[in-house]
Amino acid sequence: MNATVPPRHAASSAAVPAHATPVAPASLPAPSFLARLRGLSGRVLPPLVVVLALAGLWELAASGPSATLPPPSRVWADAGELITDPFFDRGGLDKGLFWHLAASLQRVALGFVLAAVAGIATGLLIGTSQLAMRGLDPLFQVLRTVPPLAWLPLSLAAFREAQPSAIFVIFITSVWPVIINTAVGVRNVPQDYRNVAAVIRLRGPAYWARIILPAAAPYIFTGLRIGIGLSWLAIIAAEMLIGGVGIGFFIWDAWNSSNLSDIVVALVYVGLVGFALDRLMALLGHLATRGTATA
Amino acid sequence: MSKPITGPAFLDISDVTIAFPRSRVPVLNGVDLKIRRGEYVSVIGHSGCGKSTLLNVVAGLLPATSGGVVLDGREVSGPGPDRAVVFQNHSLLPWLTCYENIRLAVDQTLSRAMSRAERHDWTMENLALVRMTGAKDKRPGEISGGMKQRIGIARALAIKPKVLLLDEPFGALDALTRAHLQDQVMAIHASLGTTVMMITHDVDEAVLLSDRIVMLTNGPNARIGEILDVDLPRPRDRLELVADPRFIAARAHVLAFLHHRHAAPGMVAA
Repeated sequence: MNATVPPRHAASSAAVPAHATPVAPASLPAPSFLARLRGLSGRVLPPLVVVLALAGLWELAASGPSATLPPPSRVWADAGELITDPFFDRGGLDKGLFWHLAASLQRVALGFVLAAVAGIATGLLIGTSQLAMRGLDPLFQVLRTVPPLAWLPLSLAAFREAQPSAIFVIFITSVWPVIINTAVGVRNVPQDYRNVAAVIRLRGPAYWARIILPAAAPYIFTGLRIGIGLSWLAIIAAEMLIGGVGIGFFIWDAWNSSNLSDIVVALVYVGLVGFALDRLMALLGHLATRGTATA
Repeated sequence: MSKPITGPAFLDISDVTIAFPRSRVPVLNGVDLKIRRGEYVSVIGHSGCGKSTLLNVVAGLLPATSGGVVLDGREVSGPGPDRAVVFQNHSLLPWLTCYENIRLAVDQTLSRAMSRAERHDWTMENLALVRMTGAKDKRPGEISGGMKQRIGIARALAIKPKVLLLDEPFGALDALTRAHLQDQVMAIHASLGTTVMMITHDVDEAVLLSDRIVMLTNGPNARIGEILDVDLPRPRDRLELVADPRFIAARAHVLAFLHHRHAAPGMVAA
């Protein structure tokens, strides 16, 4: 469409001949800069107003002498540096939030990639084999309800080190939705597609790569999206217990030194990163299934 | 008979009985049908009479409980590219473009006989055959139902099958699109001489397209009730045929079979 739309400053004049010759459907004037600004502000303003209103309420509620939590103004005064400079590094644990988040994200990335690979492989197996389904599904249904942190003591005992234990907790938290969704996806591959493959004698790895995986991809990505959300939940909790660099331990450390303002700032960052991870997974899924998820 | 008999049957369905497990009465009982090379045969019957089941047996997607199918001297033991199926709901892979849907089938079945460039040309040729060259890079979700079915037909023809199996290929289409596609299939059948077995429940369609119409009795336990030779010269024109007494007679014959002698089973039986 861009090729046929006149330059923006000419839009109003171009609209006149278009009106006179009704056969030119391509001459719809481009939305003016002002109109687009209006559209954008319509989406940005409401959440902004809500956030400001909530901050105002919070300020009011937390400014009394008996208040137990710091109001936004205190947070800004105490933790301004954390907000404005996430990149400082003064050695030890005295780092900007970026470094803590990066350490946590690294753990999540490692644990989640392992969970994705193992989960998809196991899901494909369960989805294909009735026997594997009968044998493994009851076990998985029980194990998936175990809270992430309950795995931590066993994990620490087995690995005897903080880093692999944290990664294991992420793995074990996020692997279940990947397995279950992949299996459901494989089971739901329409018989029609299997028939098509049978007629042209598509078998073995080619059958998996060309038919089963693409057909199950929307389900698999749903599982991955749930999984990455869970692993972000798990890592914060796990890091509180195992220590070291990481956003979870940062929060725990701030609590131990009664730095409530730092905790507030960290929570905002945790939320934003979790949101970004979810959107990233959704975007990957959209790209990988190339918009055929609804077909 | 408009075509001369060329030796033994090309597609020989002999005494096929199909029973599903946990059911004492078979769906089809002793179906015997011989189809000549290049012949266009329709199988018609009320829904539930097992006509699609019969097609699935010929396709090899479903094993016959007893009896067997021989195509060009070889017994059918499973699905294969010598029997291409056009499914009722097109069954295109939604993550591939129209071109890729056909190309996948071509690559899979003709990679030994053709070079890469030849396979590309052959894919394009089949797109052109159903007049879908312009939509080759569209995905199935972006084109109409009639266009999808055309791609389905192109994909089936592209694997150079010995017999083309059409499972109610126009059932889900509106009347105008259906007429258009029927004309295209007639033209393709005339130019390629493909052997076709088509499942349908549309009497006009059966008479217009077929050399012979196989009428099934009501299921379960369905058998071939009657076979009608459609003695109309080709090429056939749907507008001229409307007034042709032979067309009207054939149509009346099939209708009489379906609605008088083997009326649709009541709601209780359904």
